[in-house]
Amino acid sequence: MSIEQPYIDLYNKHKQAINNNSSLVLNNARDDAFANFQRLGFPTAKEEEFLYTDLSKAFATDYGLNINALKIPINPYEVFRCGVPGIHSHLYFIVNDQFYSNLTQKSTLPQGVLIGSLKEFAKTHSDLVANYYAKIADTQHDATVAFNTAFAADGFFLYVPKGVKIENPIQLIKVMRADVDLMANSRDLIIIEEGAQANLLVCEHTIDKMNFLCNRVTEVFVGKNASYEHYKLENTHTKMTHISSLFVHQETASNVLVNEVVLHNGLTRNNVTILLNGEHAETTLCGMVIGDKTQHIDNHTFIHHAKPNCKSRELYKYVLDDSARGAFSGKILVAKDAQKTEAFQTNKNICMTKEARMNTKPQLEIYADDVKCSHGATVGQLDENALFYLRSRGISEAEARMLLMFAFVDDVIEKINVPALKDNIRLLVEKRFRGELSKCEGCASCK
Amino acid sequence: MLTIKNLHANVNGKEILKGIDLVVKPGEVHAIMGPNGSGKSTLASVLTGNPAFEITEGDISFYGKNLLDLLPEDRAREGVFLSFQYPVEIPGVSMVNFMRTAINEQRKYKGLEPMSASDFLKMMREKKEYVELDNKLANRSVNEGFSGGEKKRNEIFQMAMLEPRLSILDETDSGLDIDALRIVATGVNKLKSSENSTIVITHYQRLLDYIVPDFVHVLYKGRIVKSAGKELAYELEEKGYDWIKKELGE
Repeated sequence: MSIEQPYIDLYNKHKQAINNNSSLVLNNARDDAFANFQRLGFPTAKEEEFLYTDLSKAFATDYGLNINALKIPINPYEVFRCGVPGIHSHLYFIVNDQFYSNLTQKSTLPQGVLIGSLKEFAKTHSDLVANYYAKIADTQHDATVAFNTAFAADGFFLYVPKGVKIENPIQLIKVMRADVDLMANSRDLIIIEEGAQANLLVCEHTIDKMNFLCNRVTEVFVGKNASYEHYKLENTHTKMTHISSLFVHQETASNVLVNEVVLHNGLTRNNVTILLNGEHAETTLCGMVIGDKTQHIDNHTFIHHAKPNCKSRELYKYVLDDSARGAFSGKILVAKDAQKTEAFQTNKNICMTKEARMNTKPQLEIYADDVKCSHGATVGQLDENALFYLRSRGISEAEARMLLMFAFVDDVIEKINVPALKDNIRLLVEKRFRGELSKCEGCASCK
Repeated sequence: MLTIKNLHANVNGKEILKGIDLVVKPGEVHAIMGPNGSGKSTLASVLTGNPAFEITEGDISFYGKNLLDLLPEDRAREGVFLSFQYPVEIPGVSMVNFMRTAINEQRKYKGLEPMSASDFLKMMREKKEYVELDNKLANRSVNEGFSGGEKKRNEIFQMAMLEPRLSILDETDSGLDIDALRIVATGVNKLKSSENSTIVITHYQRLLDYIVPDFVHVLYKGRIVKSAGKELAYELEEKGYDWIKKELGE
């Protein structure tokens, strides 16, 4: 029996239950997406875009799915008391694949902002959600996105109307909590209208030491002159498979920052697709990976310059120790009439051991003739001369290595615009390098 | 304080030092001169424990401790300091963080508590004055984008911070204009005391006008072939090294 078959049977048998626990807008997209999934099958390493990460194997585990949307006995507001200290964020949770409704929480967000469960807003604001839902997520070619569209019943919804600016970041903590091996498909939809502004911090955590697979899809629409920052921090465990597909659609003169940090994980595949679909749009895409033991991290990015005069900056850095595996593929496509495009991509990596392995694949596809584009990728070791220089001043070898690793990733941390978040990530990264970090500060579950 | 006996060292399997003997006492300034490739910088690297060099024979004793048994960081904590000929640029490591880590690791080695942030910053401010180091430089990454002169001043600034018992200045004059040379030399002289000693490695007598040595040694083909007072430096400046080679019968 193929790896796909149990999921095909599951869908056919329980489709009604999924629909019952979701809403019409989401349900309308299921069957087509499912047909696509059946046609595509789970991606294997034989496919060019999955050369370094065979996702089909990850789906072979016999996971349970919470098809009937049974309530998980947990109050995440109790478990995660403060989130990132000093960040004053608006705090929300996804537990496995469901938005956690906290009826006592009062929103202090500006008037007109909609925030909460995607399933619920798809009922109460069905036209709004239907206008955007599954419009940019690629269910035609991407099997895991098609799979998500077929199975996801809920997730996070954010709507920031025209001209509204949300100053403090919104924090969305996604936790995996179960006593059995579990798969979660959740879906986020984020709409930032013309001239609006919002920052979102997504934290991915695991509470239990079970085999988990989460397959998350996020669609973000950023309107004309709007600004959006998307931070994602993964701090999970070695039995976690994390698949994340982020689709961003940018209009004229919009500004987007995406920064994805992986501290602890099992197998991670982060897909980021950014479409610059209006002139003078700017995007900064960066990421950092700290891997050791058998961690496996594959960042797969695609920036599509569809219109002239847009700018993109891409920076990814990996530090890999022990037998960790890293992969980066970054494609930049500049369309024929996207003149005056500026697109710069950098991927730098350090392998601390002979067993650590990094694969990097920068790709530029340029059809315009008046552009500034560059890409550069390096894989190396810590600078021995710098190491000796530090030691010659009385700094121990271990501490000197720490300083150099920390310095190596610091320019990615510098790209974080929220000061409290920047300080906190810096602290977490330092603890990670020192081997003192198991979970984020502020997670009561590990204190 | 420092006694080097019959020191032999290889780099990449090739013998560079072929039996060095040298005794340095507290408060003394020793100049080591010699033509290119004679082993001057190798001696500096070996004293500070650069892992690229292999010691094949000999002893180095520093205040009764066998220096060769110590890691580079422990040698530094014992008070050995090298001003690098080519200071290394370390992007992303701020000078402040670098120096605070170095000072506190040294204090830990001596069984002292870490220095408070305010005491440390006060110390930074004071010591910067020794070499007229710009505030802006102290806030940047270690040596990153520094000019040749700024790098050398930064070396002496670090020396002022760490207060070593033995300072080795490896061609600190190379790449310096006259003004920078004066600033660096003045900094070194201010740090001099009857307790600490200096080994000045240089090609030229010029630096020795500012940092006056008690002894001048000529290193040639991995050995010290001549030692005398400061007048030897003038003689070398005048006659070149051919004269020494002739004396050796070459």
